[in-house]
Amino acid sequence: MTSDAPVLQQTLEPAESTAAPSRAAHYARPLLGILLPLTLALGWELVVWSGWSNGRLVPPPSRVFATIADLARSGELIRHVAATLWRVGLGFAFGVVAGTVLGAISGYWSLARRLLDPTVQALRAIPSLAWVPLFILWLGIFETSKIALIAVGVFFPVYLGVMGAILSVDRKIVEVGRTFRLSGFAMIRRILLPAVLPAYVVSLRVGLGLGWMFVVAAELIGASEGLGYLLLDGQQLGKPAQILAAIVIFAILGKLTDWLIEIAAAPFLRWQDAFSRARGA
Amino acid sequence: MLALDRVSKIYPNGVEALARFSAEIRQGEIIAIIGGSGCGKSTLLRAIAGLDRASSGTVTLDDEAITSPHAKIGIIFQEPRLLPWLSVADNIGFGLADLPAAERREKVARALERVGLADKAQAWPRELSGGQAQRVAIARSLVPQPEVLLLDEPFSALDAFTRRDLQDHLLDLWADTRPTLILVTHDVDEAVVLADRVLVMRPRPGRLFDQIEINLGRPRDRNAPLFENFKRSVLTSLDRSLDRNVPDRDATQGPGQAMWW
Repeated sequence: MTSDAPVLQQTLEPAESTAAPSRAAHYARPLLGILLPLTLALGWELVVWSGWSNGRLVPPPSRVFATIADLARSGELIRHVAATLWRVGLGFAFGVVAGTVLGAISGYWSLARRLLDPTVQALRAIPSLAWVPLFILWLGIFETSKIALIAVGVFFPVYLGVMGAILSVDRKIVEVGRTFRLSGFAMIRRILLPAVLPAYVVSLRVGLGLGWMFVVAAELIGASEGLGYLLLDGQQLGKPAQILAAIVIFAILGKLTDWLIEIAAAPFLRWQDAFSRARGA
Repeated sequence: MLALDRVSKIYPNGVEALARFSAEIRQGEIIAIIGGSGCGKSTLLRAIAGLDRASSGTVTLDDEAITSPHAKIGIIFQEPRLLPWLSVADNIGFGLADLPAAERREKVARALERVGLADKAQAWPRELSGGQAQRVAIARSLVPQPEVLLLDEPFSALDAFTRRDLQDHLLDLWADTRPTLILVTHDVDEAVVLADRVLVMRPRPGRLFDQIEINLGRPRDRNAPLFENFKRSVLTSLDRSLDRNVPDRDATQGPGQAMWW
């Protein structure tokens, strides 16, 4: 690894000293991030291949990818991924809608905040997994209780993010809106929404992360399909490669969905982006 | 004409920020309001802007009472307060949302040209220097062609050179449509360069202490002896306003009372 250090500096420096980094540096940057996991994976592969370890509990990458390929070929992979994505998608949607509406109400009307916020904060203090038995009793062991659990996980960061963002909108900017006689809807559309958006996107991404966390919990509790089921199945049948395969797919899906939010929000946040680009970041 | 009639402001915590302030300001006149800290300058300006309501007394513009922000009254704050998510051009056009797009574009383009920032139309506010940003703020409030433009220490955060530049620039822009300018400042130099009339306020409670007519033609030479004279008289008045032993005078009569010393 030491031999890579000079390379790293060489690719970083020109990128930061000039506004338009060279093409090579532009592509080298994401590659740098892959370097560490790639080295570790190859190292472990080598260890198992040379016989220093049998790799039974920690299967080498080749075996993990073979498992993924098998699952994909049999059509199992699509079925599990679809089930999990469906749950996360629905739970995320419900959580975001509820969190956004209640967060906006609490942020906008101080009376509503005094009424609502203490209760929400108290509920937030409950570890969300504690709801599981109740949800199962109320909503059954099938999809509804799983989606409700995911929605609860997504709700709190979105609620807090929206409320906090509205509360921290610069009073001075709002005053500019007032001097131009914006009121009610126009004030929300032209001042509050754009001011709140950056923090909102962050809260969506945090919420999505929690959604992925809770889908695992929900699927571990009782499911016949889904990536969480693959995890559990792998544990019970002693198939570590299948567990690692599910984890890898979780990582890919999590990163991918997070990236989708980022892409969708990018056109609205160009004004922020311009700032970081001007500094060469 | 802008008429202030016994405008008073008492804040909920009991502080009397402004006590019975009266003045009549002709259309197109440039007024500078100067005074020690806590003399209610900003409170007065916010009352004229309709951002805060006076506890008692009235502000009327052409016989219309001002109780909330009004289309004929614009304000420029100490900070540019540009909207960071809008380009420079969209910031300038912010108050023109009701106009058809073509007309708005044309007005914005002209304003950009006028403040010398035509090449920055598509820049983000973050990319501007302090002086450029304040010029955009000036353009933004002048583009809807207000009758009265209020300025709350608009140049105090800028360096001396940029400040001079913007003072001249403001006068230049003022000459286009000649709105009434009411400028709060604590820079005596700035007051004498810009104003037709300087109102000196005294603190606790904020009230009018004195007014001084600046009978100088424009453009004004900052180094002329007469300019120095006016500066000195404003300074003297300021000093006296802060001296508790000097009694209040009834300074609410019209102009002509100015050089009383």
